[in-house]
Amino acid sequence: MNTGLKAKHQRLVLVVIALVAIVAAGILAAWALRNQASYFYVPSDIASDPPEPGQAVRLGGMVEQGSLRTASDGVTLHFVVGDGEARVPVVFAGIVPDLFTEGSGVVAEGEMMPDGTFKANNLLAKHDENYMPRELEQMSEDQARATVAEATE
Amino acid sequence: MGAVRPRISLPRSFASSMHAFANPARFLRIARPLTPVLLLSGLAITAAALVYGLFFAPAERLQGETVRILFIHVPTAWLGMGGWTAIAIASLVELVWRHPLAALAARGAAVPGAVFAAVCLATGSIWGRPAWGTWWVWDGRLTSMLVLLFLYIGYIALAGAVQREGGSSRIPAIFGLVGAVNIPIIHYSVIWWNSLHQPPSLGMGSSAMAAPFLWGLLAATLGFSLLFGGVVLARMRALLADIQAEARLRRKAQEV
Repeated sequence: MNTGLKAKHQRLVLVVIALVAIVAAGILAAWALRNQASYFYVPSDIASDPPEPGQAVRLGGMVEQGSLRTASDGVTLHFVVGDGEARVPVVFAGIVPDLFTEGSGVVAEGEMMPDGTFKANNLLAKHDENYMPRELEQMSEDQARATVAEATE
Repeated sequence: MGAVRPRISLPRSFASSMHAFANPARFLRIARPLTPVLLLSGLAITAAALVYGLFFAPAERLQGETVRILFIHVPTAWLGMGGWTAIAIASLVELVWRHPLAALAARGAAVPGAVFAAVCLATGSIWGRPAWGTWWVWDGRLTSMLVLLFLYIGYIALAGAVQREGGSSRIPAIFGLVGAVNIPIIHYSVIWWNSLHQPPSLGMGSSAMAAPFLWGLLAATLGFSLLFGGVVLARMRALLADIQAEARLRRKAQEV
């Protein structure tokens, strides 16, 4: 009986040691990956360590308020991506995703031009963690529609 | 036999156990009435939460109507991770205390966990197309969640093979514990690394989510969790019945 209890404790200690080692290895690996596993660079990364012109990179940040303008050809967009520290001007020609607006997050895939502008081939919109209903009038309209749907059922 | 309930006969590993709670008869006495209660209440609450999410929740400021997928995506993501957490805890109990029901609990959680992980990936992809502008990216959160689905599939295959070929149940238990490393990586992937996926909206006592979304989400999570519990109990009972049927066959074969 006594030896059985001892074996049980021995197993517990061994499993806990193995678990700690595995988790530590996993966290070390994840920590070592922290730059490589990032999906994009933020503007201050670009400013402190500019990528070679022509090298494919992803740039992520906020579209600065008031920076978005459409060129005279109607499809080329110019805007500035910032992260509060650095700002990178971006040029993009094409169709933007629904969530792309001034003041919201964006990930641009493309390359740096020699003049310091980022030329994007593709834009991905980044949603933030905030979930807000639309304006009150939109809400009451939805509720009105729901009420009507209920009443007509 | 008729009205007489068949005596539950147990394989040697159960019969020789010293644990009070290891008694499958006691487990079945609790699990038998609990299974339909969990399944039915889970079904009702999930249905109510999803009807609310689909028809009554407001459209989101930026996402518009696509926000409604939140009420499936987020609970299935949590339960996909919760399922592996359950496997890891059951594996620890299996390895240290050799509890006879632990291996069954881990196997019972694996299939529903895998289904939740798959639903999470599918709904996330459907949401990503209009919101982000892409079905899939190889960012930290999406990749680690896909790894979780592959771990589930590997675990189910391994545990099934061990059961069929008669290997030690400690083999899948070790796999279940090692795979748990992925769970904190999924959680922190959006914090450690720049990712396209947004960081968590809900923290300890804080919410970046307006009330109409938050309450619907919590209700859906409760419903899905009850369903998960019911399915795990049902799976454990089925696995137990398999083991008992096999033991009975083996005994019959010896008698002949």
